Amino acid sequence: MTWLIVIAGIALGTYVARVAGPVVGARWRLAPRAGELFEIAPVVLLFSVALVATFSGEAGASIGVAPSRLAGVLVGAWLAWRGQGMAVVVIAAAATTAFLRGVLGA
Amino acid sequence: MTSVSVGQTLWREVGPVCVAYALVGLSFGAITVSAGIPGWVAPLMSATVFAGSAQFAAVGIMLGGGGVLAAMVAGWVINARMLAYGLSIRHTLGRGTWRRLVGAHLITDVNTALVLAEPKADSGSERARALFWGAGLSIFVTWNVAVMVGVLVGDGLTDIHALGLDAVLPAILLSLIAKPLRDRRTRACAIGGGVVCLAGLWLLPPGWPVLVSLLGCVWLYRPRPRATQ
Repeated sequence: MTWLIVIAGIALGTYVARVAGPVVGARWRLAPRAGELFEIAPVVLLFSVALVATFSGEAGASIGVAPSRLAGVLVGAWLAWRGQGMAVVVIAAAATTAFLRGVLGA
Repeated sequence: MTSVSVGQTLWREVGPVCVAYALVGLSFGAITVSAGIPGWVAPLMSATVFAGSAQFAAVGIMLGGGGVLAAMVAGWVINARMLAYGLSIRHTLGRGTWRRLVGAHLITDVNTALVLAEPKADSGSERARALFWGAGLSIFVTWNVAVMVGVLVGDGLTDIHALGLDAVLPAILLSLIAKPLRDRRTRACAIGGGVVCLAGLWLLPPGWPVLVSLLGCVWLYRPRPRATQ
């Protein structure tokens, strides 16, 4: 039920955003400042979700550091920053974490 | 210079994107189901929301115990850019109410960029329209099929930790934003927001840390010294 509400809520909001321009758009125009915020706010949010997912603790604890996961994310981040494609980033992050976890057990 | 056909443009520009999205969709399906989320959630979300970054953010927040409201607000903020896209390519979808209502759902970062790269985009040329629908439908089919396959594969995975899959969600998110983060202003906002978010992890209930990270955007409105040229 919870998931149904989340999905319905995001789907509805997203569709309204998508359809507003094509259906009523002619009368609207975005201010340049708003356009900039539209571009930057999602990046800020996604960065924070990445941080939370990196530092979330086990079993619902809000914070915790798993060294092997952190190392995998850092390797992925470095590769992404170097301009590597998503496939390389994903596989390298998972492989680093899995390897270290096998060795360190953390 | 001879003009490039619609098919060639789609093959060259959208083909690689579809390959990448297939992998990301696969991960999305596998991560959600192996984290214990019911198998219908990822496919339903992918068909109705049809926007990868918002889907990952919502799932990430929910898995972190952030709750319905935080997940929805994050999804809305991340997808608010669709409003800007819809405004800029509103003449491209085609004539008729149905075409606009259905086409609107196919608006993505990729086909918007593709249409805006066309010289006569705003006039709604035949070619722009074909590019929009061709790219939109290819991505829609690829994304949804990949997510479903991911759910089926992920269902067989018992230990996501042994495979290091807990590092994949943050890695995908960082990969999605690597390009915009090259912009100095965007980076300043994201880092500011990240600091606020980390502080919030200690001080605030789950869900809030991500939302308060939006405070990082106030950097855009900081008082600036008068330009001295």
